[in-house]
Amino acid sequence: MSWSHELWRAIEGTVLIFSGVAVLAAMFGVLLERKISGWMQSRLGPKHVGPQGLLQTIADTIKLLQKENIVPRNADATIFASAVLVVPLAALLDYVVIPFGTTRFGPLIFRDLNIGVLYFAATSSLVVVGILMAGWGSNNKYALVGGLRSASQMVSYEIPMGLALITVALLAGSLSTVKIVAAQARWWYAVEQPLAFLIFLTAAVAEVNRVPFDLVEAESELVAGYFSEYTGMRFALFQLGEYGEMFAMAAMAVTLFLGGWRGPVLPPVLWFVIKLYALIFVFIWVRWTYPRFRIDQLLNFAWKVLIPVGLANLVATAFFVMVVRR
Amino acid sequence: MTGEAIAFYALAAVILVSGLVVVSSPNIVHSAVALVPAFLGITGIYILLGAEFVAGIQVLIYAGAITVLLLFVIMLTEGGTGLRLQQRNEQGPVGASVAVAIAVLLIAGVTHTTWGRGAGTLPAYTPGAIGQSFLGTNLLAFEGTSIVLLVSLIGAVIIARKEE
Amino acid sequence: MLLDWGYVAIFAIVGTLLAAMPLFVIWLISPRSDYPQKFETYESGVPAIGQAWAQFNVRYYLFSLVFVVFDVEIIYLYPWAVVYRKAGAVAFYDMLVFLAILTLGLVYAWRKGALEWV
Repeated sequence: MSWSHELWRAIEGTVLIFSGVAVLAAMFGVLLERKISGWMQSRLGPKHVGPQGLLQTIADTIKLLQKENIVPRNADATIFASAVLVVPLAALLDYVVIPFGTTRFGPLIFRDLNIGVLYFAATSSLVVVGILMAGWGSNNKYALVGGLRSASQMVSYEIPMGLALITVALLAGSLSTVKIVAAQARWWYAVEQPLAFLIFLTAAVAEVNRVPFDLVEAESELVAGYFSEYTGMRFALFQLGEYGEMFAMAAMAVTLFLGGWRGPVLPPVLWFVIKLYALIFVFIWVRWTYPRFRIDQLLNFAWKVLIPVGLANLVATAFFVMVVRR
Repeated sequence: MTGEAIAFYALAAVILVSGLVVVSSPNIVHSAVALVPAFLGITGIYILLGAEFVAGIQVLIYAGAITVLLLFVIMLTEGGTGLRLQQRNEQGPVGASVAVAIAVLLIAGVTHTTWGRGAGTLPAYTPGAIGQSFLGTNLLAFEGTSIVLLVSLIGAVIIARKEE
Repeated sequence: MLLDWGYVAIFAIVGTLLAAMPLFVIWLISPRSDYPQKFETYESGVPAIGQAWAQFNVRYYLFSLVFVVFDVEIIYLYPWAVVYRKAGAVAFYDMLVFLAILTLGLVYAWRKGALEWV
């Protein structure tokens, strides 16, 4: 194919993924969160805007677009402004390696990179830099401390997440997400590796700064954490980054542990979406059920529990593979 | 110009401009943050060389971990608006002429050497190939690396704890 | 393979433009009423006291330090995991040695209190 054709395909794919994430993750996801939290708290969520409140997030977005854009006087303007772009971009870059389904032309994925899983880990770690920039650029004590704590938390949970990824890569013999889905033809890896699945999910919740790991954003603690000084649409972009990252983590968990798009009868993409929203429901459920951890509790949990368990799981899996499959 | 050449020059421009910001910005936080585009540019160069795995770990380690480490240190040690570094002193002209002289020397040296062409093809830099080399020819280096990491961890903990 | 990464590069560039689009929109249509109080730094309604600073505490630094070391360890595990299945039994013992040495490091950091948040 000629290069202009490739270029056009790349741009189309990007716009598709971006809109998909913006609509399904940010808009629909926020609405889902509010509705489900309402249901769990015996009240109705948003109801008025659109049928059953479906257009609520659109209304919110339009409102936010009209808000005044305030940059605090003492803020570091360059860093303040660029942080807004780094966080959503890093979250969106995660979606490049996620296989949404399969067609007769091949897998439905933006690009099946050879180092798929490693790429995912790498882009997740870019979000941390964006958060530090936001925390610093605001020149606000709450934002700075929130940013530093958030960065410490995310960084501590990246290692258990990496260990879970490596365990799956060991079983599948590849870092490519398409091959990992293909390797789950008989059993999902959630069945073969329940521990790695749990570790990955826990680390994912911590990476996205959600309850029970949301100390850095809790209103009673730090106002809004690293994005306290961001108004209007910039705030919305951070939310896009956060929800986008949450959906990306769930999508990766589906790919690695729940067999991706595999399933009988229904079209692959539909299976993927069903599994994805099932995990999102679990994320939301956890959020509205548990109280939050203190910062020392959550860091202890990462370093003293998850990492040893993850390492032991990896060694045990390697041992098992060596002994049984020889 | 092939696509690769365009990509190379674009990446080189990104790296050089960010590098310039890193060394000449009076605001130390700006310097540290400007490292990120430089690292990402280097990632691109690795990809152009066919080393995907190294590119991935470049982003993971440098842009993800080392930048965070640097930013932590900067944000915690200068407690304030951001250290203003003094970027000029009275030896500017002397420094500039020395820099130009070295640049001329290097460029002349590079362009006038006949570089030999290596025979054969590039080895595959896929994770699988690297893994094979870890378990084969580079086994000792692999194990030795764990010792190096252990030593650096112990050393860092000792130095940092001494501050208490 | 280069084509794959070309796609990723386009994704990054177009993605940045798309993410910047809302910012452009607000630059066009957002209202602006400037008065000095609005640009003050937020501190729960009272005038901000002093510059923003975080009390220096070595714990942030220690966490990120231990993280860097373990991150490097993890990247050695990726290629090993990819070839493990096809490699001989000795691959297990190779990795066992590697992980054992690094677990020593984790235990050391733990015992020396580098992992405490106090």
